Amino acid sequence: MSSLQSTEPKEPRRRYKVLVAKLGIDGHDRGAKVIARALKDAGFDVIYTGIRQTPEQVVYAALQEDVDVIGVSILSGAHMHHMRKLMEKLKEVGATDIPVVLGGTIPVIDIEELKRIGVREVFLPGTSLKEIAEKIRKLAEEKRRKESLNVSS
Amino acid sequence: MVKLFNKEAVEEIRKAVRKWEDEIVPLWLQRIPERMEEFTTLSEIPVKRVYTPADIEGFDYSEKLGLPGTYPYTRGIHATMYRARIWTMRMFSGYGGPEETNKRLKFLIEHGETGLSLAFDYPTLIGLDPDDPMAEGEVGIVGVSVPTIVDMEIIFDGIDMGKVTTNMTINPPAPVLLAFYVAVAEKQGVPYDKIGGTTQNDPLKEFIAQKSYVFPPEPAVKVAMDLIEWSVKNIPKWNPISISGYHIREAGSDAVQEVAFTIADGIEYVRQLIARGMDVDEFAPRLSFFWDSHINFFEEVAKFRAARRMWAKIMKEWFGAKKPRSMWMRFHTQTAGCSLTAQQPWNNIVRTAYEALAAVLGGTQSLHTNSFDEPFRVPSEFAAKIALRTQQILAYETGVADVIDPLGGSYYVEWLTDEIEERAWKYIDRIERMGGMLEAVKKGYPQKEVIDASYRFQKEVEEGKRFIVGVNIFVDKDVEEIRKVPLLEFDQEEIERRQKERIRKVRAMRDERRWRRALDELRKAAEKGENIMPYVLNAVKAYATLGEIMNTLKEVYGVYVEPPIY
Repeated sequence: MSSLQSTEPKEPRRRYKVLVAKLGIDGHDRGAKVIARALKDAGFDVIYTGIRQTPEQVVYAALQEDVDVIGVSILSGAHMHHMRKLMEKLKEVGATDIPVVLGGTIPVIDIEELKRIGVREVFLPGTSLKEIAEKIRKLAEEKRRKESLNVSS
Repeated sequence: MVKLFNKEAVEEIRKAVRKWEDEIVPLWLQRIPERMEEFTTLSEIPVKRVYTPADIEGFDYSEKLGLPGTYPYTRGIHATMYRARIWTMRMFSGYGGPEETNKRLKFLIEHGETGLSLAFDYPTLIGLDPDDPMAEGEVGIVGVSVPTIVDMEIIFDGIDMGKVTTNMTINPPAPVLLAFYVAVAEKQGVPYDKIGGTTQNDPLKEFIAQKSYVFPPEPAVKVAMDLIEWSVKNIPKWNPISISGYHIREAGSDAVQEVAFTIADGIEYVRQLIARGMDVDEFAPRLSFFWDSHINFFEEVAKFRAARRMWAKIMKEWFGAKKPRSMWMRFHTQTAGCSLTAQQPWNNIVRTAYEALAAVLGGTQSLHTNSFDEPFRVPSEFAAKIALRTQQILAYETGVADVIDPLGGSYYVEWLTDEIEERAWKYIDRIERMGGMLEAVKKGYPQKEVIDASYRFQKEVEEGKRFIVGVNIFVDKDVEEIRKVPLLEFDQEEIERRQKERIRKVRAMRDERRWRRALDELRKAAEKGENIMPYVLNAVKAYATLGEIMNTLKEVYGVYVEPPIY
């Protein structure tokens, strides 16, 4: 069996995998669910965490599922607090290679600080699903490219 | 039977319409085609070029409309409506700690608001104390933090609870917040029969939409019914439930689903209360509703009218209610938060004004108008004042409050009212076949419908089938304008620290034995299936905190976790 398998063509490239996470305790899950479905329709593998997740749970799920991108949705106004914790946690477990994006009711004045702590993209209300999917795809591609470089070196 | 149109007249009109469509309209279409191939409301109801008596042929005035204050209350629940008293201007408010909120309430009262409405922060909404690890970073942001009776006392410092009515948007912890309120009113010397206001206390829509559930569906409903039963018997002016379509709509449903799911929730509650041995006319007059007022103007007006007629029919024909009040759908309305845009935020003032107009033409009893800065944060004083002024302009300048149900009799509005009703009945039939809304919720049926509708809407925006000014048409190139919005500033970390400090002090000063006994008794009552309300009231008077009471109940009832479907 094993010799047979080895003669088969190389396994097709794995689809990009995204974790859609509701960080904090707000229940506004309309956006997260719409994005999850849109990403699925755009060809991604999508894992949705459900609401009321802690940074630890999100990081654990991201590692467990080996995702290419973490997409966080927060509409409670507590995004600065939770994103700082999440980014710290990722650093702690050495998973800063997973790009993190954020969507929700985020005041424009917070974007700079969010980028500074390592959030790659901040999607304001009204951002098109197409734009979100494209940007996430780019980040996923970038992550895979870096991974393959690391493997070959 | 009062048929509006005779057969011959309708036939003549029908002929004229046909002729117009065959001979006149095509000439115009040749010159300029219409903007869209098909025009639809937000509920995907196709709408025609024009409506005539032929569209509401057989319209029976007395069966469909009646007069204001008469069955089936389509035109309004009161005979004089806003000619006697303008709707209650009730602004959903609260942020930070009780001190900040007390100041905000006084500011709004000073500027003419006529009813209070408390917005709670997330920890309070799901029953966590501010020092619970899950509450970290969330205290005081989306509303006020109220973990103890002391906090409630500060909110109402200098506000006479015998003179104001207060809405509290609270669900699983509703018994606790109501107990805080009643206990503080008592301290102010207000007798029970003068305590007025509303607890949202609508558990089913938590699973469908708002997602601030704590207990699983069955105990969640049980607790809510406890509150209603206790309230009807003890504080007769209180509205113990606000059966809410608002959140269902905000979560992405359309107008028809909003009506159908909300009324189906209401039907479930009526059955539950009757099953407790209560008489329908004992509790039904205290049931109240809460609707969204969205941007598709006529559909919203028609929705309010249809819902009112349906509820009256259900109460009279299904449940045999005798008192007119039992058949009244009294409701609060909030303009649609989800219609606000972060882009060109000042435009939200205009959206809110149109939505408020629809609510008033739909006969609302009270109204909250959103502030233009709410896509970003809880409103600043400046923004909240404009929102309040929007209602005052409607009430006192435009004249729309002077004639009752002024759109009644519009061929289009009557046709659309019937159409929404008919479509909503189909949903209700389906839910009835599932065994009622509690069963439907357990099966995830309305949840799935809402997710599907929200995705469909988003796709339509994306494909340019639905327009949102500033988002997919008339888009600004730079977003500098957004930076100019003066947002409410407050030191959240300081407020969180202060709230933790206060709860620590409350725990330190209370009578330990009395407190422990109160919680033990509450647990035992919950285990035995007794009405928990008296025990909750006793516990808050012994200075038990919100989190302690909710944790005691969680031990008995369990905690709900939603399957992560999308």
